[in-house]
Amino acid sequence: MYWTRRSRLTGIAYLAPAVLFVLAFTAYPLARMVWMSFHSWSLITPPSWVGVGNYRRAFADDQFWVSFVFTLKYTAIITPILIVGGYLLALLCSSPSPLRRVTRTLVFVPVVIGLGVSSLLWYWLFSTDFGLVNRALLDLGVISKPVLWLGVDADLSNLAITTSVVWKVIGFGMILFVGAIQAIPTEIHEASLVDGAGYRQRVTRVILPLTLRTVLVVTLVSVIGSLLAFDQFYIMTAGQPQNETATSVFYVYLNSFPYLRLGYGAALSMILALTILVFTVVQLLLTRRSHA
Amino acid sequence: MTAIAERRRSRRAVAVGGRQRPRRRGYLLGALCVAICTVMVLPLVVSVLASVKPTAEAAASPPTYLPHGLSLDSYERLWTYQQGLPTYLFNSLGTALLTIAFTLLLTVPAGYALARFPIPAKEVVFVFLLLALIVPYQALLTPMFLMFAEIGLTNTLVGLAILHTAIQLPLSLYVLRNSFSAVPRELEEAAITDGASSWKVLLRICIPSAKPAIVTVALFAFIMSWNEFLGALVLMSRGSSFTLPLILAAARTETSLGGTDWGMLQAGITISVIPCVLFYLLLQRYYVSGLMSGAVK
Repeated sequence: MYWTRRSRLTGIAYLAPAVLFVLAFTAYPLARMVWMSFHSWSLITPPSWVGVGNYRRAFADDQFWVSFVFTLKYTAIITPILIVGGYLLALLCSSPSPLRRVTRTLVFVPVVIGLGVSSLLWYWLFSTDFGLVNRALLDLGVISKPVLWLGVDADLSNLAITTSVVWKVIGFGMILFVGAIQAIPTEIHEASLVDGAGYRQRVTRVILPLTLRTVLVVTLVSVIGSLLAFDQFYIMTAGQPQNETATSVFYVYLNSFPYLRLGYGAALSMILALTILVFTVVQLLLTRRSHA
Repeated sequence: MTAIAERRRSRRAVAVGGRQRPRRRGYLLGALCVAICTVMVLPLVVSVLASVKPTAEAAASPPTYLPHGLSLDSYERLWTYQQGLPTYLFNSLGTALLTIAFTLLLTVPAGYALARFPIPAKEVVFVFLLLALIVPYQALLTPMFLMFAEIGLTNTLVGLAILHTAIQLPLSLYVLRNSFSAVPRELEEAAITDGASSWKVLLRICIPSAKPAIVTVALFAFIMSWNEFLGALVLMSRGSSFTLPLILAAARTETSLGGTDWGMLQAGITISVIPCVLFYLLLQRYYVSGLMSGAVK
């Protein structure tokens, strides 16, 4: 009874608002961004066609490369910490004891608060004269005078920001790994026990292989998130020193808004979007397979 | 570590003839859990404690670990900071509620249509609706800003809510479509035989059956919108339209006193964090199921 001609029209009517919305607020901006990326445009002067000029300019732009390489470095450092740390936490927390369950809940709490707000919190904790990190390290005798964590040295800033983001998002991977570990059928566990496997063997031979797809998907989600990092750097270092800690998204933001180089900003956005696309496609292929 | 490990341990204990070693290991793992909990909660706890320090203590260097006195001065200063806290709360809450409304109004009917109706080129339409998954919104902000400026949507809650809805739409649609697909068809067929229209079927049968999915979608829309920073930074340039994260980020560097008002900043952080943590603890089940279906499946 659903399969009549009239029901086809009804279905289209239900679908139409969402389709129109995506056309107007995702597809149209995307088309406009592509168009902008081939034009030179500063909002004051009318846009003029420059072909691939903006792209050529990007590849010759030192700051573009500094931001791109910095973003990659940040991603390369934080991803293994999040995945390995998240997995170890999941192994610890996947059993049903009350204490483990509380641990799981608390590790996940920072995931639900905003990245902007958590960055402000850590901006305070890492502040030179007013922060508790320096206070605690001084009291413990680890350092002899307050450390300038943020905005003076790129590596120290990166270390402080990485710490804050690990705290903020490590629970995300953990909760998904716990789900995957708990989904392993008990028969498989029992079979490996009968075979006399020790705990370490069971982790490396049974649990890890059976949760590998989740590990890969979470890795990709994390990589994409890190490549798009902005809030934590904008808030904690504002790109300092000398834009050394400005990420790719940060550089797009700087060009598009304070500098009003709209065409150039769009070209930078395109390069970023294409980089992300590679990872997204792999992720979608992996998740698609998990349906089967 | 797992239930199996527990069993194995007790089995080995029987074999060895003593329970000493496995029990000690259990205590060690328990202590590890407690240590992890402490590390995770400590930053939030010290922030909340710093928000109730009296003005002078909140500005002290080096900082005190625990407040020596209690006061709500920081909250009072936040209440009247710039346009005043009520304005920013109204903006944040208004945007979040509009985002929930827009998201549900668009994705409930669309999810129902995708789950139940014969749509031409259905797969293509579905992939098109997931476009925002493929193109990160961070890359689309410049054209979005220009477009919103042309139609007068910058500095409006509706404009920001539209952006947040665009971000949230793919996940919501995905969750709702799957959930409507899982409603038993017999229920609907019985209603249709009784002469109910598709609209009535949606309202009386599908929506009540998919309530958990709808709660999940609303929860995710709220948390995302309440916390989102970059889009708000781009679209909201006027101080009176700032959301909570924006005004706090502005307050980190500039206050009337010259330096950063740390106590007020912690008060603001505390207020921002409360609804997120509360909703998470109350609706944990929905949160986790939403993550599972959104990220992995």
